[in-house]
Amino acid sequence: MTTGEPAVAVAGLVKRFGDVTAVQGIDFTVASGEIFGFLGPNGAGKSTTISMLCTLLRPTAGTAQVAGHDVLRERDDVRRNIGLVFQDPTLDGYLSGEQNLRFHAELYGVPRAAVADRMRQVLEMVGLWERRRDKVQTYSGGMKRRLEIARGLLHSPRVLFLDEPTVGLDPQTRASIWDYIRQLQAAEQITIFMTTHYMEEAEFCDRIAIMDSGRIVALDTPEALKASVGKDRVQLHTDDAEAAIAALKERFDLDAAVREGAVTFAVPGGEEFVPRLFAELGMPIRSVSVARPSLDDVFMSYTGTTIRDAEGSSRDWMRMAARGRA
Amino acid sequence: MTATTATEVVRVQVPERSVRHDLRAVKIVFHRELLRFWSDRMRMISGLIQPALWLLVMGTGLSSLMATGGGEVDLKTFIYPGVCAMTVMFTAMFSAASIVWDREFGFLREMLVAPVSRGAIVVGKCLGGAFVATAQGVVIVAMAGLAGVPYDPLLMLTLVGELFLGAFALTAFGVLLAARITNMQSFFAIMQMAMMPMLFLSGALYPLSGLPGWLAVLTKLNPLTYAVEPMRQAVFSRLDLSPELERAFNSGVTWNGWPVPVWLQLVMVAVMGLGLLGVAVVQFRRGD
Repeated sequence: MTTGEPAVAVAGLVKRFGDVTAVQGIDFTVASGEIFGFLGPNGAGKSTTISMLCTLLRPTAGTAQVAGHDVLRERDDVRRNIGLVFQDPTLDGYLSGEQNLRFHAELYGVPRAAVADRMRQVLEMVGLWERRRDKVQTYSGGMKRRLEIARGLLHSPRVLFLDEPTVGLDPQTRASIWDYIRQLQAAEQITIFMTTHYMEEAEFCDRIAIMDSGRIVALDTPEALKASVGKDRVQLHTDDAEAAIAALKERFDLDAAVREGAVTFAVPGGEEFVPRLFAELGMPIRSVSVARPSLDDVFMSYTGTTIRDAEGSSRDWMRMAARGRA
Repeated sequence: MTATTATEVVRVQVPERSVRHDLRAVKIVFHRELLRFWSDRMRMISGLIQPALWLLVMGTGLSSLMATGGGEVDLKTFIYPGVCAMTVMFTAMFSAASIVWDREFGFLREMLVAPVSRGAIVVGKCLGGAFVATAQGVVIVAMAGLAGVPYDPLLMLTLVGELFLGAFALTAFGVLLAARITNMQSFFAIMQMAMMPMLFLSGALYPLSGLPGWLAVLTKLNPLTYAVEPMRQAVFSRLDLSPELERAFNSGVTWNGWPVPVWLQLVMVAVMGLGLLGVAVVQFRRGD
């Protein structure tokens, strides 16, 4: 259901914080009605990009239009047309769910006659109508996130920004949040722009941009991205990972590495390759698994690392930095 | 109301920004302050107990010290306007602190991304804080009898009005601080640092007459002096005192020998409040 004018158009967008360049000149457009995902490890520049699109941060260079309005020159017009769900909660826990929504409606100038109906509609959509009079501090994490989504929708935005909408939630709640997102897209015909570092969630998007170190390294539909890899992922366990890597290089000319605790490599036609592997590797193999390319592999083929390893190392780095400071 | 299904969507149109929309924003930010105060019983109770303690404990304690001074003025009466001002001051500062709180809990972001002017948010916050503080002040005004201050309706109204003015200026000051200071600990540390000397140099707790020269200068530079003094004038005008006592306890503020009229003091407080508010708005605008 894409129509005419793009919902988001970005050209040469850069954001520097002192010496650090968080976003290094990115370009993309999001069609109206699309679910567009930004995928990347923590610290890749996803939230910085979203903050610039939502007029919360000023770009260092480049331009961005959201809902047809420039994020620098027509800030209020952008703000009227977007809904935001942040990574961190932004609710007032001392107020009830209903009071939080009413506050939002007044702040956005939603016409008074429409407030009651619209509030009921969004609260019913996220299943919080019954709990509307309870203080938000009594809500669970998932309920709070659902209330934030309801609030983000209250003023009928054209673009809804969801920054890691499911982070920190249990799998069941994550699934239900996704149900709302899809239901919402069907009902409200709005564009959804989201960031995530969950591969499974990226699959639900119409298109994905993979972001790494402030750059977009790939942008396409999930299927096209997976097809572009063209190889299956093989993981095997042996008694000696180092020897296995050396043997793979020597006998099959394959570059393998230890990823997530297993010797991992990519090869075309993985299932046919397994018998050769057993016959020719020349060392005992304890287990083998072959997987069709997933977005993980897409991510790996574009960035050279898995998303979890990328985050693991950045977490280690942060921990080290914290220790260094102490 | 009909049950809504996925296909019948209630669409709303957010209007262009206008003065009316900004006023609506002021109103809702104000309203939220009241709601939060109303739902915070502990804060309300402590707000009631604290001034009573000051009045009864401090006032009585200091009176015994002053007993030899002789005279018909109870020190409780003397510090009454000061205690009123103090109550309002603490409450106003707490209201301002809620901006820091909102920032820590993310709610400030919800306000700052809305398509309304920063001014509307800051004005709403200041008015809300001042109103809540004044409500607290009304309680202590109602305790006038405990301090030997007559229940004169006009006096009560004057005091409440003056309290609102002072509360507004103080909230504006707190909001200005909160624009720059982003964590709770520093905010309270700086507030204590600013408030304690202001309080002790304002004539709220002891008469300003007969202070050594350098201290007298400081009291005249202290903005709080001009918020407390009109209240004292109002209270003392209802008492029947000997000129001697009047001189000792109600000397008024003078600039180089010129007694500063009450209206000018009130204007100064109002101008200061508006000025601080203006700077706070600029600070919040600059923040993005």
